[in-house]
Formats: sequence, C-alpha cells, structure tokens
Amino acid sequence: MRYQFMTAAFAATVALQFTGPAAATDLEVTHWWTSGGEAAAVSEFAKAFNATGNKWVDGAIAGGGNTARPVMISRITGGDPMAATQFNHGRQAEELVEAGLMRDLTDLATKEKWAEIVRPKSLLDGCTLDGKIYCAPINIHSWQWLWLSNKAFEEAGVPVPKNWDEFVAAAPALEKAGKIPLAIGGQPWQNSGAFNVLIPAIAGKDVFLKVYQDKDAEVAAGPEIAKVFKAADDARKMAAKSNVQDWNQATNLVITGQAGGQIMGDWAQGEFQVAGQVAGEDYTCLPGLGVNELISTDGDAFYFPKLDDPEKTKAQEVLASTMLNPKTQVAFNLKKGSVPVRADVDLTAANDCMKKGLDILAKGNVIPAVNQLNTEDTNNQLNDLFVEFFKTPSMTPEDAQKRYADIIAAAE
Amino acid sequence: MTTRQNGRPSQLFRNLNAKIASIPMVLTALVVFLGGTAWTVLYSFTSSKLLPRLNFVGLDQYERLWAAPRWMTAIENLAIYGFLSLIFSLVIGFLLAALLDQKIRFEDTFRTIFLYPFALSFIVTGLIWQWLLNPDFGFQGVVRQLGWESFTFNPLYNAEIVIYGILIAGLWQGTGLVMCLMLAGLRGIDEDIWKAARVDGIPMWKTYLFIVIPMMRPVFITTLVIIASGIVRVYDLVVAQTSGGPGIASEVPAKYVYDYMFAAQNLGQGFAASTMMLLTVAIVIVPWAYFEFGRRRHV
Amino acid sequence: MSDHAALNVAAAGFDAIAEEVSGPRGAKPRRVLSRRNIFLYGTLILIAVYYLLPLYVMFVTSLKGMPEIRLGNIFAPPVEITFEPWVKAWATACTGLNCDGLSRGFWNSVRITVPSVIVSIIIASVNGYALANWRFKGADIFFIILIVGAFIPYQVMIYPIVIILREMGLYGSLWGLVIVHSIFGMPILTLLFRNYFASVPEELFKAARVDGAGFWAIYFKIMLPMALPIFVVAIILQVTGIWNDFLFGVIYTKPDTYPMTVQLNNIVNSVQGVKEYNVNMAATILTGLVPLIVYFASGRLFVRGIAAGAVKG
Repeated sequence: MRYQFMTAAFAATVALQFTGPAAATDLEVTHWWTSGGEAAAVSEFAKAFNATGNKWVDGAIAGGGNTARPVMISRITGGDPMAATQFNHGRQAEELVEAGLMRDLTDLATKEKWAEIVRPKSLLDGCTLDGKIYCAPINIHSWQWLWLSNKAFEEAGVPVPKNWDEFVAAAPALEKAGKIPLAIGGQPWQNSGAFNVLIPAIAGKDVFLKVYQDKDAEVAAGPEIAKVFKAADDARKMAAKSNVQDWNQATNLVITGQAGGQIMGDWAQGEFQVAGQVAGEDYTCLPGLGVNELISTDGDAFYFPKLDDPEKTKAQEVLASTMLNPKTQVAFNLKKGSVPVRADVDLTAANDCMKKGLDILAKGNVIPAVNQLNTEDTNNQLNDLFVEFFKTPSMTPEDAQKRYADIIAAAE
Repeated sequence: MTTRQNGRPSQLFRNLNAKIASIPMVLTALVVFLGGTAWTVLYSFTSSKLLPRLNFVGLDQYERLWAAPRWMTAIENLAIYGFLSLIFSLVIGFLLAALLDQKIRFEDTFRTIFLYPFALSFIVTGLIWQWLLNPDFGFQGVVRQLGWESFTFNPLYNAEIVIYGILIAGLWQGTGLVMCLMLAGLRGIDEDIWKAARVDGIPMWKTYLFIVIPMMRPVFITTLVIIASGIVRVYDLVVAQTSGGPGIASEVPAKYVYDYMFAAQNLGQGFAASTMMLLTVAIVIVPWAYFEFGRRRHV
Repeated sequence: MSDHAALNVAAAGFDAIAEEVSGPRGAKPRRVLSRRNIFLYGTLILIAVYYLLPLYVMFVTSLKGMPEIRLGNIFAPPVEITFEPWVKAWATACTGLNCDGLSRGFWNSVRITVPSVIVSIIIASVNGYALANWRFKGADIFFIILIVGAFIPYQVMIYPIVIILREMGLYGSLWGLVIVHSIFGMPILTLLFRNYFASVPEELFKAARVDGAGFWAIYFKIMLPMALPIFVVAIILQVTGIWNDFLFGVIYTKPDTYPMTVQLNNIVNSVQGVKEYNVNMAATILTGLVPLIVYFASGRLFVRGIAAGAVKG
C-alpha cells in the first residue's frame, strides 16, 4: 500500500529527470560481468541490440554481484532506474517485483511464446509472479563441475582423475610436484558454492532437496551431511595454499597448471576459452564431480524496471526479445560457457564440456539452483560459515555441521 | 540587522539571521542524522528484507545478531583495531610532531612526506598495502629472495594477525594528519613556558609530558574526534585490503551492516547491527560531546 | 574606529602568529654533527623512508612489464621502463564493454568535486560563524547532534538518504550528490570553522556591532577576509574526501557520471585472468594525483590553517 503511493510519487520525479535531449533509444544495462569470458559474452548482446538501431549503454560494475546489487537496488528504489538489469535466477529481485517496480513482460512473452521455447520450465516459473512474467531468463549455468588441469597432473606424474575420490587420492602427488591440489578463492560464495556442489555428489539428490527445499534440519545434522563435511574437510586441506581472491584468479591457477583443479560453475569455461585452451586436451571437466552426474539450473535473468519514457519502454521490449533471439542465444552462451535457455537452437559449435552438460540436461538430471531454494539471507549466512570453515583449519567439521544445521533450521 | 535595539518583539525573531543561516545545519541534524537514526532503529525491529516494511518481530534481529559468529569477530576486530589505532596514532603523531618541532632543516619536506598518504583514499591505501604484504611479491618474498628462506611475514593470509596488517596500513594513512594537528598545537604553546621550564632545569620529556600536553587539550579533542570517527567507520580499507578475509578474520561492523543490508537482502538484520553501532557511539560520545561543546562560555 | 583599521590590526596579528609559529622550541643547535642531530635526522630519515616506500613501490611497479613483476623484486627499479601500463590505465583498460580506462571518470570527478566543495564549505563556514559568534538558544543541541553524526558509519545512512533524495526528486542527479557530500562534510568542517571564528578577538566583533554591522556584514567584511587559512584547510579536506569517495559515487550516480574512484575500482576488480599489477598501480597513482598535488602545493598553508582551526577550542 505504502509502496504503491511512493511508486507514484517518485514516478513523477523520474519524469522530471529524463527531460534531457538524450536519444530515446539509449538503454542503460547494468550487470557484473567483467571477467574476460564474461565481457566477451556480454558484447554479443550489445552487438545484437545495437544492430536493431538502438544503443546499448554498458553499466558494468566490477567486484561481483555483492558489489553490484546494492547499486542496482538503490537506484531502482531511489527512483532513478536503469533500463535493464541482471539478477541471478531465484529470489534476488522478488520484492522489487512485488513492490511494482519492475515491468510486466507478459505481453511480449505471450507473443513470442516463451512458455514453449524456454526450458526447463522452472526458469520461467522463477520469473513469474501471480501469473505474470517479469524477467527474461537468458542462460543456464550449473555449479556442479570439477575443472582439472591436464598439465598439472602430467607434471605430477599421475593420470588425470575421473572422479572426486581419485582427485583426493592424487592430492599428495600434486603437492609433491609443488602444485596446489585444489584452487578456491577467498570470496565467500566460492566456499559455500563448493560445499553445495559436494552435497549432491557425495550424499545424492534426495538429501540435497531435503536440506534446501524442505529445510529439514535433522537431515542437515545427520550422517549423510556429516559425510559431506568430511569431504569438505579434505577439500579444505587440499586448498590450504590457494592464496587468491577472485574466482577467475583461481581458474587461472588451473589454466596455468599451478593448481590441479577447481570446483566452479560452468562459467569457468569462458576463461579456459579466452586462454585458448581446448576441452579434453588442455583441461578436463567432470560434471557432478564425476560421481553423480546432476547439474543445477542456476543462471541469469534480465529484469526491466518500469520507465516513463515511452521510447525507452519500447526499446526495452526490443532488448528482451533480442536476448532470447536464437542467434543471440547461441553467440552469447558459447562465449559465456553456459547453456541457452531454448532447446531449438543449433549448438554444433559447442565444445565437449558443454555437450556433456547438454546431454545431462536432456536426460533431465537436474536439480534446482540453491539460489532458487534459499533466500539471499540464508545464502549469506552459509557464505559466512563456509568461508570461515575453509580458511580456519582449527574449526572441526562437527562444529561446522552444528552451525550448518542451525542455519537450515532458521531458514524460510 | 539584529533586533536588539528595538526592544524584544519576540524570542523567535531574535538573532534571526543566524537562525536562517543555520537552517542547513538544523535540517541535517534533525532530518538526516536524527531522523535517519530513528528510522533505522524503528526498522531494526522488523523483518524487512529487500525493502523496508513495518512487520514487527520484536527483538528477533538482535538475538540473531548476537548469536552470529561473524558479528562477534567484527566487534572484537573493531575493539583491537580501534584501541591500537587510537594509541598509536596519538603516540606516533605526537612524536613526529615533537621531532619536527626541534628547529630542524627541511621541515617542510619531512612534513609533506609524513602527510601525503592522507591524500590517498582508503581504497588506494588498501590496494598498496595488499601488494606490499603479498607473500609472494611483497616484504616476505623479497626477504626470502635475499637468502632468508624461512622468513615469514604474512599478515594478510594469517587469520590470527590479519587485523594488524590492516592496522599498519591504517596508521600509514592517518598518522600524518595527527602529526599536523599536534604540530599546530605545539606551535601554539607560548615560548615563555619553554624558557621557564629550562630555567627550572626540568628535563625536556617531563616538560612535554606534564606541561605541554595538558596545555594542548583542545588539539587532542579535535584529533580524537577525527581519529575516533574514522575508526568506527572503517570499511573501505578492509574491503580493499582483505575483503574481510581470510575467512571472516578481518570483518568489521560497518561491513556486516552493509553486507546484510544489501548482499543478504536482510535490512532488519543490517539495521539491528547499525543500531548497536549507533548505541555504542551514543553511549560514549553524547555525554562527552555535551560536556565538551554544550555548556561553553562565549570566548 | 573603522573596520579597516581593525582588520589590519587583526591581520598583522595573525601574520605575527604565523611567523612565530615557525620558530624554534629547543635550544639552537651549534654544531651540525652533534650527537643530537645525528639521532634526530637519522630518525626522521628512517621514518620518511617508511612513509615513502609504498609510493616508490607503486611508481616502479607501474613502469615494469608483467613478466618482470612476476620474477623480480618489488623494490628493484625497472630494468626496462615501459609506459604501457600508464597508457592502458588512462585510456584503454576495460570494464565490461567500456574500454576507455580512467579518462572518462576524470571529468566526472571534477564535475562532482567542484560544486560539492564550494557548497559544503559555504554552508559549514556560515554554520561555524553562527555557532561561534551568534549563538542562539538550542544551537548547541544541533551542534552536538552534528558532531555525533560524524561517528555514524556512512553505510547506515545509505537507505535513509535514498529515501530523502527520492522524496526531494534529486536521486541520481548531480545536485543530489552535492547535497550528500555537504551533509557528510558538515560535522568536521563546522567544528573547524566554529573553533576558528571563536578565536577571532572579541573586541573586533564588538566594535563591528557598535558600528551597526549585522550578521552578514560582519561575516563578509570581517570574518571572511581573515579566514583564509581555515578555508585552505577546508578546501584540502573536502577536495581529498570528495575526490576519494567511492561509496556515494557508485550508489548515487550512474555509469555516465561515475567518478574516477568507481572507474578505479572497476579496473582493479575486473580481473582478466591475472591481475595486472602494473596497470593497477598506474591507475591508483593517476586517481590519487589530484589530491596529492593539492597537498604538495598547499603544504605550509595546511598546517597554519589546522593550527588556527584546531588549537583554539
């Protein structure tokens, strides 16, 4: 109620600010894609959108989502929104939609039959509120990958592992050769992310869903998750020497053969590509850590804040439609290392790793993204816990599990 | 024109121009600082997530706050950092000022050298020191290259001492200003006092400690306000230097507030943390500010 | 007694203080190489090295190529001097799709800093003057709130300010940012101006009052001309603070108007594979250049002004 009033109030002020002579079809798009592979991917969007006669004004904010989202949210609630903005699939923008700050895309979606082309269906569900569609999903990312440097293993004199257990077994040989067995950066989300990947691989899909979907604290405190914590403890020991901060710095350790492997989403593939490496030859990818071939449907979606300028409003539709256009989808996703949201596109250009992902997706071996199941609040608590766990050798897996179960018990 | 000569028409219109001139200050004090604080406190009792909403949950946010290990680490870090930073800034700043006050040559040069880091932002300061303390390239790496293989000085990657790594950078940036303030204070001391002390044969350190420093009270007050306000707000430095790591070892309260407000989209939790910070500030600062600035005779 | 005469007397007085200020404290040293001098200068030089080291390292690093950085010693001077990192930092470093380095942030920073410094100093100087010389009932209460406000972390105020600016219709505009900087500069600046004006000899003020001068007349004719040192301090503090601000710059502006610090953060945090330390260092120096020049240029004035604003309470 209160917000509707406020929306009206600042809608008026927005009108005042946009009276400049700026060309009506400049659209400012904010996102946090600034690594090499990411920037290459986003330029595909910009190219395609500029080809429609409009102009993409790039609003990249470096430092990851946690730096960028405060800016985006402040600007949208402050009444000076950008024309389009990235959020991850899930619940990050939920309240902004509820407050009526985001544009309803249902008409466009119906016209272009998004409901038929977008797969899996859960992606569009994530954009839907009260039957209306508020965002355009643009890619599917999955977290459940282990990236291995063939060079590192060769130099250590051991064969490239085929699953997590072999990898753990190869760790001493890697260390002897002066390598960091497992690269994990210092960013908190990398640490909780690695743990969340270990859950379905070690304990299976059902346990994963019980913990994150049903928020079952008993399972979270139980023996299955204890096994996951054991594995995380192994990972912690293997990662003890990785003194890097950003995820792509960690990826770079794998690319250069300084580290044996990294648990990271398929966006890491963009970095391998920019470095000119070939899947299967220079690096190996193991979906589901080579144990349980399951992948999640994480990814990104674009939201379009309500604007008053009718020209810009029209251009927003063009942008949304461009992003889902089959050609753009292929160009963008090949560079980004993610999978297109539509199945009706030609992906013969995909590399080995992406094909593995497509296969698994086609078999329906998917799990929902942690972002879709948890609130950002819960995710942040998990980040705090796991970054502490991974960087504090004295913290026992048992203590960590107790705190983990508490967070799950308190989660909504 | 003041209205003093025309009798006293009304209390409100006395000193009218001064009141008009103070409108920005009054608005800032009431609307932003007081209003903003009240608003923050009010919403700290709600379960607001991404947007502020008035669904009250009592003290839930506070219970959770005080059970959060990260908050406790942050408080502890702020206490260590604040205490040491206050002591060291004052001591180093004063010593540097006393050294410069010995009628030395090239005083301007030395002063500029000590002061220039203050021109750099905390972001820049954090970046430089992150680089200098980098275990592979920085001090540690260089000493090892010189042949001392076992030399270990790696504060940014050691959870036990990371806060001291931040302290080094903070002091480097801030002591120059303190020195300037102290120097200004020393220069304000009457020459006769020094003469008298010399005549009485009082040693120099005693003169400083028991005569000069007590006379510099106003300088210390201003300095204290500037240092302490910087300490409570320490944020950029940590973000640039360690991002709170390794793990959560260098977290500070302001970062907790920011992260929970925006990254975790839990405004209520962020506001509860800020309320605790404000409360601490209020308990310490308000009585002091009242005595210091409140009942002041006209000079 | 005319205002002018009084003014000259006061000005002379201030100059005298300034002269005296640079005077000695200890006994005048007789021999150049006394033990005292060796100790004194030795200590000073040692400390100076510590303070200069980071700047030196930044500078030499920014002139090295990446291979040399990876192999070498951070303190070693560059074997092969390259200006590539400087060019890249200024003109071609990428964030997302924008590959024009820091250059576009520079003018934005100027556009933000100039009006913010002017407005915030005008407000604070008038505030300080009113508090020092025209005290009205309740003024101290507001001042105390202001001082306590100096201790409030900026992050706490982001949301209330978003709402205030939104209600004023100023969100995202340059003036919104100017107001924000004025608000957060106000506590310390007002404190300095108040202290400074309180130290102006009271006779001067009384004489002007007897002559019939009012609030503004005294401010412009007597106070302003005498307040140069403290204005210099205020300008230095504000230029530094506002130029270096990142938080408000990123939240209350948009990509077209991002200040240089936001570009710096973008360049430093947009890691393309490996961190390019040389480019980062060049970008860091470039961003810090304006406040650094202000400091180096104003040197002596700064201490003089600080002396006037902080010493007298």
